[in-house]
Amino acid sequence: MAKITMREAISQALMEEMDRDPSVFIMGEEVGVWGGSYAVTKGFYDKYGPRRVKDTPIAENAILGGAIGAAMVGQRPVAELMTINFAFSAMDYIVNQAAKLHYMFAGQFTLPLVIRAVGGGGRQLGATHSQTPDAIFAHFPGLKVIAPGTPADAKGLLKAAIRSNDPVLFIEHATMYQTRGEVPDGDVLIPIGKSKVQRVGSHVTVVTYSKGLELSMKAAEELAKEGIEVEVVDLRCLRPLDMEPVIESFKKTNHAVVVEEGWKSYGVGSEIVARIYEEAFDYLDAPVKRVAQKEVPLPYNRTLEQAALPQVEDVVAAVKEVLR
Amino acid sequence: MDKEKLLQMYYEMVLIRRLEERGAELYQAGKIGGFMHLYIGQEAVSTGLIAAREPRDRVITAYRDHGVALNCGISANQVMAELLGKVTGTSRGKGGSMHMADVTKNFWGGHAIVGGHLPIASGFAIGDQYAGNDNVTICMFGDGATNIGYFHEALNLSKTWNLRVLWVCENNHYGMGTAVDRASAVSQISQKAEGYGMANERVDGMDVLAVYKASQKALEFVRSKSEPFLLEIMTYRFRGHSMGDPERYRKQAEVKKWEESDPIGLYRANLVKQKISEARLDEIEARVDLEIAKAVEFAEASPEPGMDELFKDIYADVD
Amino acid sequence: MAETISMPKLGFDMREGVLVRWVKNEGETISKGDVLAEIETDKATVEVESSASGVVRKLLASKGDSVPVGSAIAIIGSADEKIEDSAAPVSSAPAKVEQKPAAATSMPVTEAQPVAEVESGPVKASPLARKVASESKLDLHQVQGTGPGGRIVRRDVETALASGKAAPAAAPVSAPAAKAVPQPAAAVFAPVSHSDEIIQTTKLRQAIGRRLVESKQNLPHFYVSHEYNMDALNALRKQINGMLPEGEKISVNDFIVKACALALREFPNLNSSLNGTEIMRHGGVNVGVAVTVPGGLMTVVVKDTDQKPLRQISMEVKSMAVRARDGKVKPEDVDGSTFSTSNLGMYDVENFIAIINPPEAAILAIGSAREVPVAENGQIKVGSRMKATVSVDHRISDGAEAAQFMQSLAKYLEEPMRLML
Repeated sequence: MAKITMREAISQALMEEMDRDPSVFIMGEEVGVWGGSYAVTKGFYDKYGPRRVKDTPIAENAILGGAIGAAMVGQRPVAELMTINFAFSAMDYIVNQAAKLHYMFAGQFTLPLVIRAVGGGGRQLGATHSQTPDAIFAHFPGLKVIAPGTPADAKGLLKAAIRSNDPVLFIEHATMYQTRGEVPDGDVLIPIGKSKVQRVGSHVTVVTYSKGLELSMKAAEELAKEGIEVEVVDLRCLRPLDMEPVIESFKKTNHAVVVEEGWKSYGVGSEIVARIYEEAFDYLDAPVKRVAQKEVPLPYNRTLEQAALPQVEDVVAAVKEVLR
Repeated sequence: MDKEKLLQMYYEMVLIRRLEERGAELYQAGKIGGFMHLYIGQEAVSTGLIAAREPRDRVITAYRDHGVALNCGISANQVMAELLGKVTGTSRGKGGSMHMADVTKNFWGGHAIVGGHLPIASGFAIGDQYAGNDNVTICMFGDGATNIGYFHEALNLSKTWNLRVLWVCENNHYGMGTAVDRASAVSQISQKAEGYGMANERVDGMDVLAVYKASQKALEFVRSKSEPFLLEIMTYRFRGHSMGDPERYRKQAEVKKWEESDPIGLYRANLVKQKISEARLDEIEARVDLEIAKAVEFAEASPEPGMDELFKDIYADVD
Repeated sequence: MAETISMPKLGFDMREGVLVRWVKNEGETISKGDVLAEIETDKATVEVESSASGVVRKLLASKGDSVPVGSAIAIIGSADEKIEDSAAPVSSAPAKVEQKPAAATSMPVTEAQPVAEVESGPVKASPLARKVASESKLDLHQVQGTGPGGRIVRRDVETALASGKAAPAAAPVSAPAAKAVPQPAAAVFAPVSHSDEIIQTTKLRQAIGRRLVESKQNLPHFYVSHEYNMDALNALRKQINGMLPEGEKISVNDFIVKACALALREFPNLNSSLNGTEIMRHGGVNVGVAVTVPGGLMTVVVKDTDQKPLRQISMEVKSMAVRARDGKVKPEDVDGSTFSTSNLGMYDVENFIAIINPPEAAILAIGSAREVPVAENGQIKVGSRMKATVSVDHRISDGAEAAQFMQSLAKYLEEPMRLML
């Protein structure tokens, strides 16, 4: 076991997989010489060289289309989107091509592609650089969407994603690269599509992932001081979505809150709430509440930005509300 | 070129023509659904081009793909079955007219997003470059696709990274219903390659031997120099953009004029001039008629995909 | 004038930097633009230039220190000026740079709750509370809700059960052993035993009320009673039911319903509705049967009763009654009756009078069939007799017709084989 940051965990996963499998290579903007705009691939260029760490032009369609093509003919590319906000420039490749080619051609080839993308707000980067559009990508069958909240999960899931034969969108959070956590040594893979109870509790179920996990765990600590025990279920993957631990928890607590950084309307929470109603209606003792970003484009001003983003106190308030 | 190969090309062109004609009839009879884009008039393009490739060279095209599929060696049976949505089709009925493919024959489809497959073609070349071989990716697309962003990104990357891609523009003068000069800043598509410092050529697509020669040259260039090449092939489609196209954007007189340069007719005349007997050519045509008739029979008799097929192939990894 | 050099922000997400090495030391001269130190961020080691010229008077961080962005790291001044000893504290642990936004608390975090108004009609209770209550056969109308808007939640049901409001038939399956659920604001009501009890009327009760007020006020009711000899019917029924499986036995009321239907064919005026000055005699005979449901009464309807065999009438009434009691009644179950019946015989009622369901013309109230002494040929015998009273709208019909209708009914009830024809 070692306590490392999210950045280190992701970096380690990439390096271990590149060392293990020569067909794995990285491509994206500034991944090579610059070392990665979030420094995840720092040192990779020197270690692996330009053949395996490819700096691309600023051309998302070429990056993702190119990665898709290379995956179809037998390599295992890990493409990087500098930020998930740039995914919109190449939406076709993510949802129309990667998600569908295997199906449309009846499985004649595999598409073992990983797209790493960084999302989230809170750094005053303005509306077009601060989004959390995770729900949009989770909407499409044929794609797998992973969004870890701890370094251990990030490392184990990224390794699994690289070894999987399906296209995976791996979403990292811009303000969580410094998050520290215990990560087991060795070649540890986490199965894709399994939610995890990160904190056991008996009064209320908080369902969340990525940045929401950080907020929820802090809120849980605060609420514990008042005698409210929160059970935090971390989805880790948005597609495939594992509702089993969520429903099991909900049947125990009968009260739930969903926490996400994206907007509430049509967000991840909408799906979780719908499934709770579908699968555990009789266990509801109160309507499920969603904590999410205010319905605004994220502004530059720091105070306004923080007011728009969900905070720990919003989670605390929501928990108290459902227990009323 | 040896006689067998010459005759093979004639056979392929006629096979495409008959399959497309029969396909149109089946479509109008309601047996084929969705969109269907006929290759009638353009047979020389894919025939001459693919005849020049090595089996290890990859072919990818847009949605006017039935002819390409046949040239790559997919049987008429399988093409017909896919058109009718049967489980014996190339994509087990899940792709349809626009998504034929057989990767064992190095034919990678059949793509419906205009220009969408171009970056993927660059991707094939990236993969092959990574693997260290000299496979060439032949990427076919229409004149309309040269105006979309994907074209720019894909071509730019191919030149910057020295990728072995032969970019083939089938210029049939119309992007759906819009003439080239209404959609494109320059009407001579091969000129666009200059912006990338890319070698390029323009050739008459109604002459299958001219296409073959130009393709051979281009493939040799790409393979040996590890540099992309843009080959613009001038052609014309005698039918509408797709089934149901009322063709208000062009005059029938124009179509008639082009039909005088029917590639099959021209080639036939050429072969006869090269002392190949008419009887031989008639025999090929008869053989094709029979083959297509059998293909339709096969397709109609084939079963529909089962309901379980609906949920297959969403992912490769299934628990 | 001395100038303080602070840890610069070298990247948009930089929070702190590590002092790798001082390039200039205390006492050394430095010009603006000269490299002062090497700072390491998450991403790289960067040379930091001095923004002032002078002499390095104080270095406020040591090699290896982690300094938050914005904290002072050095003081540059002239050689002889006095430099205060106090300087910005340098911590090796990263301090929080962001301020907690004050504006956040003024933003509404939760939506405003709607004004708590307990509605009449269906009880407001969470699905879980309903489940627990139904498992314990506890009537939710007797439970006080303490959730938002007066909603009954699980704890309210548990409280009610604990206070002995109703004996729970079975322990709730899903509820874990009593756990302390923290309640930030709710007050729990003690069970009411000596004070007045207020029950909110259900929506159904209110609807019934409205209709029947209208009926009683607007329709000139008159009543005709008749006593029926049920001996033959009882015997026939016993015989028929001997042939039928359990759960499919035909009731006395089923016979009466069919009998009414056939009698109405002879008296179409009683199978009608008044509209202004027009009486519409309905083409179909659809007999309604009153069914008790939680919170009130519903009339389920057998369409074309006169056309249907007894067994079908019996099955339809049974299934519609079940649906009605379960709250799953379908619109077609309760629409379109042309004549209604109400039977209180199961409560041993000798006779009673019912209120007509507008826009019908009449309703038959049925009492119990009972063994009574009867006079026959000067002898006292025991016979089965049942009393029934028909209420009729005097705008449509009159006593003679109503009486004749009751006689016709007797024909069918006392010669029940006619019901088979």
